[in-house]
Amino acid sequence: MKHLVLRFLAVLFVLSLTGCGYNTFQSLDEESKASWSEVLNQYQRRADLVPNLVNVVKGYASHEKEVLTQVADARSKVGSMQVTPELLNDPEAFAKFQAAQGQLTSALSRLLAVSENYPNLKADQGFRDLQAQLEGTENRITVARNRYIETIKNYNVAVRSFPNNLTAMALGYKAKPSFTVENEKAISVAPTVNFESK
Amino acid sequence: MMLFASFNVHAELVPIPALQHRVTDLTQTLSAQQQSALEQKVAAFEQEKGSQIAVLIIPTTQPEVIEQYSIRVAEAWKLGREKEDDGVLLLVAKDDRKMRIEVGYGLEGAIPDLIAKRVITEIMAPSFKQGDFYGGITKAVDALIGLIAGEQLPAPAKHNNQSSFSDLLPLLLVGGLILGSILRAVFGDFFGGVLNGGIIAVLAWFFGVALLIALLLGIVAFILTLIGSSGLGQLGGGGYSGGGGHSDSWSGGGGGDFGGGGASGDW
Repeated sequence: MKHLVLRFLAVLFVLSLTGCGYNTFQSLDEESKASWSEVLNQYQRRADLVPNLVNVVKGYASHEKEVLTQVADARSKVGSMQVTPELLNDPEAFAKFQAAQGQLTSALSRLLAVSENYPNLKADQGFRDLQAQLEGTENRITVARNRYIETIKNYNVAVRSFPNNLTAMALGYKAKPSFTVENEKAISVAPTVNFESK
Repeated sequence: MMLFASFNVHAELVPIPALQHRVTDLTQTLSAQQQSALEQKVAAFEQEKGSQIAVLIIPTTQPEVIEQYSIRVAEAWKLGREKEDDGVLLLVAKDDRKMRIEVGYGLEGAIPDLIAKRVITEIMAPSFKQGDFYGGITKAVDALIGLIAGEQLPAPAKHNNQSSFSDLLPLLLVGGLILGSILRAVFGDFFGGVLNGGIIAVLAWFFGVALLIALLLGIVAFILTLIGSSGLGQLGGGGYSGGGGHSDSWSGGGGGDFGGGGASGDW
């Protein structure tokens, strides 16, 4: 009789663990960390390309000082950031990180826009290769960010919905910050405009 | 009267065609012979090296940019082998005059972005400008094959692996049926089931089925034996009706992952 009760309790315990979302948190938490490190990876890759790019552009367009300094500043800001996994649990630091990366994004696109005015620069094979690498990296960043947003969405839904939110509260799982729609690619797609009289 | 501008950002996205062939042309740009020639080329390469190359020609990717559409196709088609991620998608959006080479994770070393870019600007774009789509695509595919050929990748899986397993399945089912009823009679329901499951699992494993699947088969056999021969008979009758299909049909993408590597261009 006694071991029957014990067995019942054991089953209840296991059920409560699987039912309360603890396991879901574990796997989603890991997933979000993995997709986050891919985002960091690609941002790092971009940061690594910047010095070479700046050097090549300098060779042809050294008097474009303003743009070049902007890029260099944004690059050093990104480089000086302390990027730890804990960043994920700190919305403020996350926002700062995003702002710094966004600044580098816009500085780089300005640099590329300016370089359009220099035919010799555009013809330089080194510059073209760097440009291709930069384009590829920007695209990887977009993909990694979208995947991160997707995993965070799943995670946050799991953390916030009942009854998982009780477990989350008890065990200290918080909703994680995600990228806001500063997604350059999504914005660069011209919205279709319908003029309709209503 | 007032005019309202309604912004319709979520415009209808271009659907992703089903992956039925390695070369999919929704624009009737390539002739049937050209398609099959290309198809054979990439099929032969897949057989030899294991890597999967697919070509997709569509009219437009609007409202998405080509990169967005391309990664969606790559995620849906899963070109390349599962652990190797050695798939390449060559996408042409004809009316947009844009093309993209989407490179799987495993080939980002063999086909770095700048090389993909060169394939586009130096090989594809000049041909496309002259209206020679077949020539441009063929030369680009040749270049990609050349690049991947130099990469150290595991040999492709033996082609008969899959067929031997599907040949084995009915045998296991019928054998399991007979064996199960005998073992049940001799050892009783539970132990007969365990024995039967164990034997099936070991047999399946022995014949080259992956261990996990073999174990699964064993468990299925165990449960079926427990249910009894009447249940088994019904299940056995309807169990193996699928499969079939053409022997030369392609199984599609192998489960490879993409991370946005590659390059885009226009002409």
